[in-house]
Amino acid sequence: MIKQAFYKSIPVMAGYIVLGTGFGILMHNAGYGVLWTAAMSLFIYAGSMQYVGVNLLTGGASVITTALTTVMVNARHLFYSISMVDLYKDAGKYKPYMIFALTDETYSLLCDGKTPEGADPNAYRFFVSLFNHSYWVTGSILGSLLGAVIPFSTAGIEFSMTALFIAAFTEQWLTTKDHIPALTGLLSTLVCLVIFGRDRFLIPAMLLITLVLTLLRGKEEAQDREEAKQ
Amino acid sequence: MRSVILIAVMAVVTILLRFLPFLVFRKETPPYITYLGKVLPPAIIGMLVIYCLKDITPLAQPYGLPELIAAGCVVGAQVLKRNSLISILLGTAVYMVLIRTIL
Repeated sequence: MIKQAFYKSIPVMAGYIVLGTGFGILMHNAGYGVLWTAAMSLFIYAGSMQYVGVNLLTGGASVITTALTTVMVNARHLFYSISMVDLYKDAGKYKPYMIFALTDETYSLLCDGKTPEGADPNAYRFFVSLFNHSYWVTGSILGSLLGAVIPFSTAGIEFSMTALFIAAFTEQWLTTKDHIPALTGLLSTLVCLVIFGRDRFLIPAMLLITLVLTLLRGKEEAQDREEAKQ
Repeated sequence: MRSVILIAVMAVVTILLRFLPFLVFRKETPPYITYLGKVLPPAIIGMLVIYCLKDITPLAQPYGLPELIAAGCVVGAQVLKRNSLISILLGTAVYMVLIRTIL
C-alpha cells in the first residue's frame, strides 16, 4: 500500500523538488539559512505562498499584511477542503495531517476519490500526502544548501505541474459522462482571467464556479439520478 | 524574531483555511456540501489548468505554442495510454525541448 502511494506520488516528485529548490534558492539569496527554509516548507507547506512569503520577510511586512496576503493567496484551499469534507470524513488518526497537507497537487491526485483495491483508503491517502510533503521539504533544503550552483539548466521542468493538472483533467473527462462541472471550471476561469487580469482572477473564478454549479444543482442531481437508474 | 512571527502567521492562517470547512461541517455533511464535493473537483482541476497557463501570450511571440503543443501531448498520451506518469513525463520533455530549440 505504501508502494502504491509512492507510485501515485511520483508525478509530483520532479515538480516539487524543482519548485522546492527554487524556493530554497530564493531564501538563500534573501539571507535565510537552511533551518528557516526547512521550517517554512514543513509548517506552511503551500508553494506559491512561500514564494510570496520570501518577499514579505525581506520587505518588512506587518503581521496584518502577512495574514491578509496569506488569506488571499491561499483562499483556494477553502474550496479544496469543502470538496474533501465527505471523502476525509472517516480518516480518523490520519485526518489532521491529511487536511494540513492538502496542497493543489495532493488535491489533484486524491480528489477523484479512487484508491487501490485492497488498500486502506485513509492510510493510502495519508502516505500520498506524506510523500508529496517530503519532496517539497527535500527540494527546499537542496535549494537552500546548493544556492544557485545547480550545474544544469532545469528551465521548463516546472511544466510538470501544469502537465499534472492537464493529465488529471483529461483522466476525469474520460471517466465521467457529465462534463458540465469540468467545463464550468474551464470557462468560468477563462472569463475571470480576461475580466480581472492574471494577478487577481483566481478568487473571482472560484466564486463564479461555485455560483454556476449552485445554480445547476437541480439539473445536475436530476441527471445523476438518471445515470444511477441506468 | 520578526521573521519567526511572520512565518508562524503564514503557517497558522494556511492551516486555518485548510481546516475551516472540516470544522464547520464536523457532524452531518449538508447535502449542498456533498453536492459541491462531487462537482467541485473537476471544476477546480479545470481552474488549475487555466491558472498554470495564465502567463502565456496568445497574441505575441511565441504565441503560447510551447505550452499548447506540450499540453496537447499530455492530453493525447493520456487518452491513448491512461497513465498519468507517462503523460506528464512526455509533456514536460516536449516542453523543455521546445523552449530550448525552435520556439
